[in-house]
Amino acid sequence: MTSYGKGLRALTLSTVATVTVALALVFFYAPLDADQGFVQKIFYLHVPLAIVSLCGFVLGGLLAIGHLRTGDRKWDLRSYVAIHMALIFGIGGLITGSIWAKASWGHWWVWNEPTLVSFLIVLLLFATYQPLRFSIEDPERQARYASVFAIVAGAFVPLNFIAVRLAQQFVHPRILTLGGGNLPGSMRLTFIVSLIGIALLYATLWKYEMAAKSARMQARRLRRSLLGGDAVRPLGRSAAPS
Amino acid sequence: MIPFALSPALAPGKAAPYVIAAYIVFLAIVLIYVAIMARRLTRTERDLSELGREVDQRAVEAEHREEEPVG
Repeated sequence: MTSYGKGLRALTLSTVATVTVALALVFFYAPLDADQGFVQKIFYLHVPLAIVSLCGFVLGGLLAIGHLRTGDRKWDLRSYVAIHMALIFGIGGLITGSIWAKASWGHWWVWNEPTLVSFLIVLLLFATYQPLRFSIEDPERQARYASVFAIVAGAFVPLNFIAVRLAQQFVHPRILTLGGGNLPGSMRLTFIVSLIGIALLYATLWKYEMAAKSARMQARRLRRSLLGGDAVRPLGRSAAPS
Repeated sequence: MIPFALSPALAPGKAAPYVIAAYIVFLAIVLIYVAIMARRLTRTERDLSELGREVDQRAVEAEHREEEPVG
């Protein structure tokens, strides 16, 4: 049994330190944007949340490959948690982006903006992951089908990203470019630290979730071996790997 | 709709509620997640302590059985 609690303390401490430094840089170091002013501070939160969320979806697909290759259910659990966390981060990115759009454009949502709509499509696509799992009762089949879905949907993420980049019409500013998105040095540093902080937060919460799920599974296994199968309440249909 | 490049900057006083709202949303998401995790952890802890009690009880019963004279 893999111990997911290993290194969790160090990871948590480094996450807290990085997020604290990032917040300090955002509010005390990074200059006010000449075009957007104070509202631009939302970018240091919204963009890393969106990037980490998209990377989390891709990670979910990569971990699902591990499940299909080995047949080991622990890979399915890892993939499930990666997608679950990415969805939470994605919703965070969507809400913070909406708040920024309202302040900057005067609208909560702009339907003719490819970046926004494509992100929503990705999010809605992965929102069907849990219902898909829930609809399949047999755990083995559930894991297999969910892995196939995670791989296909995960592959869709970079394709979607490239398609948006090729789109002509966009009002959404570009941050992720090879040239650094035209950010001046102090803003770029703040952005990179924020991105690292959010990525560390994702990794920490992933590990916490894995440790919690692993501990619960071990407790169930112990109960079953000590008290017999009747002492363990049936899990019933669940979207989470059991 | 005003194109992004032409949108005027909000004065810090007007922009502050939006910035605060965005960071509060982030904080709320993290706190809700931690609260859910804490509830799950409590449940697992309760399960483990129940199992621990069961193991202790079994050990005592086994001890009693060993002490009883055979035949």
